[in-house]
Amino acid sequence: MTVLETKRLAGPADLEQWRGDLRQAAGRITKRVRICLGPGCVAKGAAALYDRFREAVEKSGADVEIQTKCVGCHGLCACGPIVIVEPGEIFYQQVEEPDVAEIFRETVLSGRLVERLLYQHPVTGQKVKTADEIPFYQSQRRIALAGNGFLDPVMLEDYLRIGGYTALAKALTGMTPEEVLLTVEKSGLRGRGGGGFPTGRKWRSCREAHGQPKYVICNGDEGDPGAFMDRVVMEGNPHAVLEGMILGAYAIGSHDGYIYVRNEYPLSVERLKHAIVQARDAGLLGRNILGTDFSFDIRINRGGGAFVCGESTALMASLEGRPGEPRAKYVHTVEHGLWDKPSNLNNVETWANVPAIINNGAAWFAAIGTAKSKGTKVFSLVGEVVNTGLIEVPMGMTLRQIIFDLGGGVKGGRAFKAVQTGGPSGGCIPARYLDAPVDFDELTKLGSMMGSGGMIVMSEDTCMVNIARYFTHFLMDESCGKCTPCREGLAQMLAILDRITHGDGRPGDVEKLETMAGILEGAALCALGKTAANPVMSTIRYFRAEYDAHILQQRCPAKQCRGLFRYQISVEKCKACGLCRKHCPVEAIAGAKKTPHVIDQQKCTRCGMCLEKCPFDAVLKV
Amino acid sequence: MPDEKIVEEIVRRYDGEIGMLIPMMQDLQAACGYLPVDQLKRLAERLEVPLSRLYAVATFYTSFRLAPKGQHEVTLCVGTVCHLKGAGAISEMIREEFQVEAGGTTADGLFSFQPVNCVGACAVAPVMIVDGKYYDGVSKDSAMKILRGLPLAEAVAGGEGKP
Repeated sequence: MTVLETKRLAGPADLEQWRGDLRQAAGRITKRVRICLGPGCVAKGAAALYDRFREAVEKSGADVEIQTKCVGCHGLCACGPIVIVEPGEIFYQQVEEPDVAEIFRETVLSGRLVERLLYQHPVTGQKVKTADEIPFYQSQRRIALAGNGFLDPVMLEDYLRIGGYTALAKALTGMTPEEVLLTVEKSGLRGRGGGGFPTGRKWRSCREAHGQPKYVICNGDEGDPGAFMDRVVMEGNPHAVLEGMILGAYAIGSHDGYIYVRNEYPLSVERLKHAIVQARDAGLLGRNILGTDFSFDIRINRGGGAFVCGESTALMASLEGRPGEPRAKYVHTVEHGLWDKPSNLNNVETWANVPAIINNGAAWFAAIGTAKSKGTKVFSLVGEVVNTGLIEVPMGMTLRQIIFDLGGGVKGGRAFKAVQTGGPSGGCIPARYLDAPVDFDELTKLGSMMGSGGMIVMSEDTCMVNIARYFTHFLMDESCGKCTPCREGLAQMLAILDRITHGDGRPGDVEKLETMAGILEGAALCALGKTAANPVMSTIRYFRAEYDAHILQQRCPAKQCRGLFRYQISVEKCKACGLCRKHCPVEAIAGAKKTPHVIDQQKCTRCGMCLEKCPFDAVLKV
Repeated sequence: MPDEKIVEEIVRRYDGEIGMLIPMMQDLQAACGYLPVDQLKRLAERLEVPLSRLYAVATFYTSFRLAPKGQHEVTLCVGTVCHLKGAGAISEMIREEFQVEAGGTTADGLFSFQPVNCVGACAVAPVMIVDGKYYDGVSKDSAMKILRGLPLAEAVAGGEGKP
């Protein structure tokens, strides 16, 4: 492809001229291979695919220009690595290095399909050609993820081609800050980071607050385990985040921006840094943006690996170079935030929605979603679900549609037990509420929350007491220790959950947990502490019988808590191969050639080694 | 770079601004592999803040290390999805087999072991990262195989090596 030099744009006319040139140049290329380099595909070796395709292009000596392109996460991670071939948007899945030569020869050069790499429709059994025909993609509506899968995140040119920075040009030259603010207010956009606070109202409070300078902050400290939406936006389309922030800064009257990215996402930092340099060079960031009087710059801070820093006041403490300890909420950060100045903090996905709202108008955005939750939401659909990956759907879609229609249901045909939403501050929602629409208020009613958008599907094999213990342990570990209810309360709750999952629970333990949860909710300092009991409370609310089975019968119904179930060898299935006997660390298995083996329950330590080693699935949990 | 110059260069990079203390300490760790106490003292003096201020930051955030790291860096994701899929058992096995604490380094200096809360690759859980390379869908067996295959460079054995 013709590399066009980055130029400093003197105004919107320059921008449009450049965009036109880029589109023309891109239009001349008819053959293109797009390789997904999202976190899932990279873990499965997608980076090497890119190199192989490059080599194939170089070697082929074809007389037409063929472009190979790395793109951000395409969504359907379960089928990765994903490769798309233009023309025709041919969707190839689970592509491995040896497949590259065949795709290149057949599809890229000759326009024929490689049948075996196509996706098989789960209902019709037919092979399908494009992503549009796959149920996982069909009900999605992409705003924050609109550029993902199409653009190369390190190419500002790609973002411009799909209409990037048009919203910025429109706002800076045709709208007052007040008009930008009003548009966001009327759109009904609410914070995507968890709380769901109306974005426009936050902006207005910050704009009206006394004090200068004002800070605009992007929260990229995506700490909820099971969530990777923000990572994919930062790594797949970093300019969308920057454009959103610049628009926000213009509306609020800020000239200094920060992006706080968690330490576990080094690639996000790299992509954002790269994008910032590009935007500065092009005159889209920094002094006199697009030739106007408006100046705004952004710098990046990397987190230190503390979950609590996702909380806004803790994040600001961290930005000031201090330990990330939250403070009481009655002092609002929009008035007294970073360095005690008015500060407006929004999450990555929230920022990425802003350019589309300015481009298409408030009414367009407000027409999507439910009465009080507008627009779309990105979810990471993970756990025991068939189609693990990233989805963006309109607010109001039901859990059933998400998990079964898009997600393809529970893996291995097992029964659905619960879906965990909202990260460690959220809760587990049982099967009987599968038809609940997903929006901020409905999930809160069910004792969970939207959170940042993690959606972890759990099957009948997941013990709900164990999962409550897991989250409590996580939160105790991550508690900053500033306030007593969180620091001490969580440790006590964990001690109780520990003994329940070890079979030493006592009658009354559940009530004790409930009492402590109540204190935590009422007395903890920050949102992390106030919601820390949600995993415990929601599992008690919906799965009380499981707690009782552990406490009263020393039995784990999901057969997950060690010691609360037994291993047994099926006489019918056992082929007497002796593998389990050989691997048993405590010599608890007896048996001889041609005689089915038997576990001595007195000696058995329930380590599960026999189950792992048995090639015939003859070891059962009972 | 000579030891005395490292702090000087880092402070200059951030104009000595105290708000950039965490990035400065991150750079120091990147340069030395960990936070050596003499360097921390130098940084505190240079910024005119008490050493305790730096120590508070170093011990609050899990990514800071006050001891040298091993030749290899092993990160195991123990986020919710990885947990559901058995990361807890893998973590337990690594700690037992290699006699290494979470956040610690093996006695021979082969690798540092850090379980972390979600690396954002949940779709392919459980995930282990060795020296930046992602391994998806690991099991106890495959994790062991990967770690047993790590080469140990003789010259720096004993955990004293800087990367």
